[in-house]
Amino acid sequence: MKYQVQENCLTVYLPREVDDHNADEIRREADAVIDRNHIKYVIFDFEKTDFMDSSGIGVIMGRYKTISLIGGEVWAVHANERIRKILTLSGITKIMQIYEEETV
Amino acid sequence: MKGTNEMEIRFDSRSENEGFARVAVASFMTQLNPTVEEVADVKTAVSEAVTNAIIHGYDGRRTGKVSIRCRIHENIFTVEVSDTGKGIRNVAEAMQPMFTTKPEQERSGMGFAFMEAFMDSVEVESEQGKGTCVKMTRAVGKGREIWTTQSL
Repeated sequence: MKYQVQENCLTVYLPREVDDHNADEIRREADAVIDRNHIKYVIFDFEKTDFMDSSGIGVIMGRYKTISLIGGEVWAVHANERIRKILTLSGITKIMQIYEEETV
Repeated sequence: MKGTNEMEIRFDSRSENEGFARVAVASFMTQLNPTVEEVADVKTAVSEAVTNAIIHGYDGRRTGKVSIRCRIHENIFTVEVSDTGKGIRNVAEAMQPMFTTKPEQERSGMGFAFMEAFMDSVEVESEQGKGTCVKMTRAVGKGREIWTTQSL
């Protein structure tokens, strides 16, 4: 998993396809980084992603549950039309903002 | 493409094969000349069904077999994903959005909801101890022919 930590903010650079096969690795590694660096904000960067199924929604929901306990937030950036459709349909946009531009 | 065409694939219940299954189905579907969105919708639905077979049907066991049968008839694309795993106790319950038997694994419970959202119909046949078959259909190229006719 590619990621970057800036202060209490973790950016996760998601792979081309986010499915059940690679969701576990993202989950495990993100949790380790969140724990180690006292992360409060998690940004999911979809720049490279053109496929995601409900396994990806599970990953986002899980990280949200962890950091919302300390008042944290999850964001999505660089989500293409397809990814935005998946995010919206899942209802996860109720807890996560989607940024269209380079706002972070 | 007019007429009927079918294909069948069978593979081990390993998560590595989820990507293969999506691409194989998408590639078979291209003869219907689908839009990018139609292909993406079917890929998502297939991914959900195959993931369910592996995670739930076989409980993550990698030695089960997952079968996919695709059929094209006129402009109707049908895909059946079946396993010979443990089956679903209560199909209606399993198909409820957010319902999951594995919350500890952070499953979103959105699998069937996604299949229903992206396909025209989703039918589930399941018997405990015998396995599950998910049959989904999608009309491809809806409205495109009408548009072509008008433009001529």
